[in-house]
Amino acid sequence: MTNQMNQMNRQQLFNLINTVSFAVDDLLLFLDTHPDDVEAIKAFHHYSDIRRNALQAYSDQYGPLTIDTADPCSHWNWATEPWPWEGGCK
Amino acid sequence: MWNYEKRLQYPINITTPNAKIAQIIMSQYGGPDGEMGASMRYLSQRYSMPDRRVCGVLTDIGTEELAHLEMVASIVRQLTKGLSAEELEAAGFAPYYVDHTGGIWPQAAGGIPFNACEFQSKGDALTDLFEDMAAEQKARTTYDNILRLVKDPDVCDPIRFLREREVVHFQRFGEALRIIQDDLDSKNFYAFNPEFDIPNCPRN
Repeated sequence: MTNQMNQMNRQQLFNLINTVSFAVDDLLLFLDTHPDDVEAIKAFHHYSDIRRNALQAYSDQYGPLTIDTADPCSHWNWATEPWPWEGGCK
Repeated sequence: MWNYEKRLQYPINITTPNAKIAQIIMSQYGGPDGEMGASMRYLSQRYSMPDRRVCGVLTDIGTEELAHLEMVASIVRQLTKGLSAEELEAAGFAPYYVDHTGGIWPQAAGGIPFNACEFQSKGDALTDLFEDMAAEQKARTTYDNILRLVKDPDVCDPIRFLREREVVHFQRFGEALRIIQDDLDSKNFYAFNPEFDIPNCPRN
């Protein structure tokens, strides 16, 4: 999956992050009320791993979407890259 | 998009419940200069702010204020947990107790419900940043007042932390104001509204 991510363009990688992140959001709610559901836990690991790798890959190439993947050298692009409400990122 | 971190920004471990203090401190949850108003004010102001660095300040301080909201709620909860109705009444907490029991509800110390007017999002970068600087000072004054009224070190310690953060936020908002003013005519900062009258915003 990580190799595939390197082949993706910005939009494809962003779409992947949105998709797997929503899967994680939804599984989170289910697991809160079903803490011992092994199938759901397996699915959580699957999507959570892709999300973590995709967020890191996106940060490395285009700038961070989360503070934990921010890796600035000489410029803090967390603030200076477009904000989501600007409509630039789809 | 937000994600929750399952921790307080600064630890709160209160060993002696005291509803009288809870009644005072809840003002920083839902009072006129409390953390609920602060977080929603900054997060609401971001959308039309014409500079991305200032958007960063508003996003990150607004997010930190949500953590402070959680800290204040934790203080109020720990100060009232385990007290009987009689003990709450003896501490003057009966008017709150009758409507909210031990739940957390946004109101000022004097019982006035939270009001969305505290958000103060005006759609003018200078107006909003002056508002934010004043808001940080008002919150700092409230924490100073709390520290004069409260002597329990378990409570004063996190309150001092929160007070200190108001000072840091005031500094950052002052810098944000300068960032906006650097893009304007220094002879007349107020000739127009930089959020409304300049095309092609936001810019860096």
